[in-house]
Amino acid sequence: MANLSMTVNGKPVTANVDPRTLLVQFLREHLRLTGTHVGCDTSQCGACVVHLDGKAVKACTTLALSCEGASVTTIEGLADGTALHPMQEAFREHHGLQCGFCTPGMIMSAVDIVNRRGHDLDEKTIREDLDGNICRCTGYHNIVKAIAAGAAAMAGGSVKDPVPPRQAAE
Amino acid sequence: MSVTGIGASVRRKEDHRFITGQGRYTDDINRPGQAHAYFLRSPHAHATLNRIDTRAAAAMPGVLGIFTGEDLAADKVGGLICGWMIHSKDGSPMKAGPHPALAQGKVRYVGDHVAVVVAETLAQARDAAEAIVVDYGVLPAVTETASAAKAKTQVHAEAPDNTVFNWHLGDKGATDAAFKAARHVTRLDIVNNRLVPNPMEPRAAVGDYDAGEGAFTLYTTSQNPHVARLVLSAFIGIAPENKLRVIAPDVGGGFGSKIFIYAEETVCVWAAKKVGRPVKWTSDRTEAFLSDAHGRDHVTHAELAMDADGKMLAMRVKTTANLGAYLSTFSSSVPTYLYAPLLSGQYDIPAIYCEVDAVYTNTAPVDAYRGAGRPEATFVVERLVEVAARQLGKDPAKFRTQNFIRKFPHQTPVIMMYDTGNYAAALKKALEIIDYKGFPKRRRDSARNGKLRGIGFSAYIEACGIAPSAAVGSLGAGVGLWESAEVRVNPIGTVEILTGSHSHGQGHETTFAQLVSDRLGVPLENVSIIHGDTDKVQMGMGTYGSRSGAVGMSAIVKALDKVIAKGKKVAAYVLEADEADIDFKDGNFTVKGTDRKLDFGSCALQAYVAHKFNGQDLEPGLKEGAFYDPTNFTFPAGVHICELEIDPDTGVTRIQRWAAVDDFGNVINPMIVEGQVHGGIAQGVGQALLEGARYNADGQLVTASFMDYCMPRADDLPSFEVGMTVTPCPSNPLGIKGCGEAGAIAAPPAVINAITDALGHEDIAMPATPQAVWRAAQKTLSRMAAE
Repeated sequence: MANLSMTVNGKPVTANVDPRTLLVQFLREHLRLTGTHVGCDTSQCGACVVHLDGKAVKACTTLALSCEGASVTTIEGLADGTALHPMQEAFREHHGLQCGFCTPGMIMSAVDIVNRRGHDLDEKTIREDLDGNICRCTGYHNIVKAIAAGAAAMAGGSVKDPVPPRQAAE
Repeated sequence: MSVTGIGASVRRKEDHRFITGQGRYTDDINRPGQAHAYFLRSPHAHATLNRIDTRAAAAMPGVLGIFTGEDLAADKVGGLICGWMIHSKDGSPMKAGPHPALAQGKVRYVGDHVAVVVAETLAQARDAAEAIVVDYGVLPAVTETASAAKAKTQVHAEAPDNTVFNWHLGDKGATDAAFKAARHVTRLDIVNNRLVPNPMEPRAAVGDYDAGEGAFTLYTTSQNPHVARLVLSAFIGIAPENKLRVIAPDVGGGFGSKIFIYAEETVCVWAAKKVGRPVKWTSDRTEAFLSDAHGRDHVTHAELAMDADGKMLAMRVKTTANLGAYLSTFSSSVPTYLYAPLLSGQYDIPAIYCEVDAVYTNTAPVDAYRGAGRPEATFVVERLVEVAARQLGKDPAKFRTQNFIRKFPHQTPVIMMYDTGNYAAALKKALEIIDYKGFPKRRRDSARNGKLRGIGFSAYIEACGIAPSAAVGSLGAGVGLWESAEVRVNPIGTVEILTGSHSHGQGHETTFAQLVSDRLGVPLENVSIIHGDTDKVQMGMGTYGSRSGAVGMSAIVKALDKVIAKGKKVAAYVLEADEADIDFKDGNFTVKGTDRKLDFGSCALQAYVAHKFNGQDLEPGLKEGAFYDPTNFTFPAGVHICELEIDPDTGVTRIQRWAAVDDFGNVINPMIVEGQVHGGIAQGVGQALLEGARYNADGQLVTASFMDYCMPRADDLPSFEVGMTVTPCPSNPLGIKGCGEAGAIAAPPAVINAITDALGHEDIAMPATPQAVWRAAQKTLSRMAAE
């Protein structure tokens, strides 16, 4: 067993864990933050994406101990109190989810895309940058719309702004 | 149309919990004192179980119990069942081998369940499973669909030639005669590739036993918890229904794979009593690949006969369907009654004859996956029709139009009575959306860039609203396929709807509430939908086959009508009027010809305080239930057109445009319906271009992770252009046909027809991977160079 301390959603946490504990296990089983999901175990599906020191990581293949001293944000920590994050609001507004299982990872990846690529995202960029997240329900159509709207809203716009679908140049 | 009623794209009520990480899926549930189960699975596709030595494993740290098939047998736990009896041509019942939840004597596919270890932690259970010594007597495996009946290896002693049944439908004599008279016959050999459903939430179960009450609770990832309880009680014998509660909380996608009653759930709930602790199991992704029921896997020879003008005369189909190593819950119905009755497609075909041989193999069980039989039928029909049009030199759109059914109702030669539709209207709209007239120019433009452009049509039909109970009973179903609803109006006028339908992404909490808001005139937020718990909802048949709107909501309508009728009686007392003079509209009971009214909430309160009427004349309270049994299937239909471009240098196929025009009858929430179409298309495109489950000759599943099985990702797909036409369904009160499976049914032939159009080839196998397309494209380029 090993001691572990990190900040999760702004709160300091400490624990004594089995060294093989994965970050996603630590979040789900020790902290009962069950919004972060496990859809595979090979870093393929992205249902487990959280932010580690501000960058998206797959928590299913990250050892908890490797996050010693780090700051982790999960889907539960994205909203500002009762005010939803613009990306959360955009997923709801644009029907970017159906069963909801991939959704936390999608939203965390989407925010990361905006952080890396800026607020003016075309369809091709969104689709290519979503490569690490699988959704089986939506066909991605509305997720792409939601991310474009959420990205604009993060710059201060409204998530209800119409986002014309822009076909990427081949 | 109100902003929250029927026809409005209301944003979903359930979304808040999902976007904030507050969804409650089965794996999120933890019971006090919970232990963990790990299943030891067979690494061999076919082997005798000579000995299972668990002694060393049982002594490992944290182990609470290790159980095998012998333990289940000793407790008289029954095997898993197949709930649909199919009879062969000769009248004999299908030949089914036993399906124990933990293997007895033999294992029959890689992933078959040898033993379960229950331990304090999952890691301890895994470690102990590794210490179990199994003496396998490895046998040759049979994995190929087409040759399974001729294999020397026999999967089940009960099924000689590995054949479960030889079934047929239609008039062979009339069909053969029509073929003799035909001027042109199109023939095609078709493989419908095996798929793995892969909902993003893996299956999971938590079994709990209350020794004081002698009662079990099972939390599970189910599309139909009541059917699970029925099977676990009546057939498997875990406990009587009144001592078994099944709860399916939020379910993260199903696509059919969570209809079935599996070994793991059965064992978890049984083991909870054995170890005296709650027992949890969550599938990892490779376990899901190995043990979730797969879909499709047909090998077919199909023929279409036409006269000199291209009028369709008859269709003849011979299919071999792979059902895997055991018969899953509804497996036998999929390649039979969910398949052959759809072979008429949207076309007026006077004679159809279909034979289906179902075979056992040493592979995972195959059962319903999104569309279930109907995608396979549509693929046969729409590939045949496309190839026929090309052979006859006819425009594929005009050839389809020439043969469309135009008069309704239409009795097909294969059971179905299509009630309504307008197929030409959907095709016309789809042609407009895709700009069919502009296609030749776009093709030339692509050619200038060194690309091969193609266009492909799919005019599909499906049978949803499953299903009239007596009708399916006569076809072999073990259950009725009605649905139930209960409307509980609370004293201050809020409403709880208890439904036997379940939601695994379809948004019932929103659409069902829209219906109630519309009918009762109460605000959307005053309506709650309760589902997925056998202790709350008495009985129901669940969600599959696009039935929750057509059947589930019809049951709610029936119960709401009863509530309104009772409300009128209460209002008559309160408003001191004759019941016949009471109207109900926009949430108010009114007296004809007066301005006297009683709003719905006040009526509810009056029903419960019961001061204004004599409780002997009128029962207090406002709560009504209903069971709705449909009178016919529903027949959603539409046209999808796929336009794509192939890079002959790389074999990469990029879908450029997708036009989908569907007739789902009346639509409750267009936003949600369009979302269903998008998702279905993605799964259909996945089948056509990317996905394929492959077993090698030894029966190893070589595509058992997301790294080996190619799931559609965002950059594999375009945005879709979705349109709708509406012919309301005449057989249910809301005029709904169903939308959940349409995209998955329509898409595969649209893609393959487009690829073969681009390549100028008659056929290409699914999945049309870049490698396969590249090989085909080289032949196209050589031919073009020769021309």
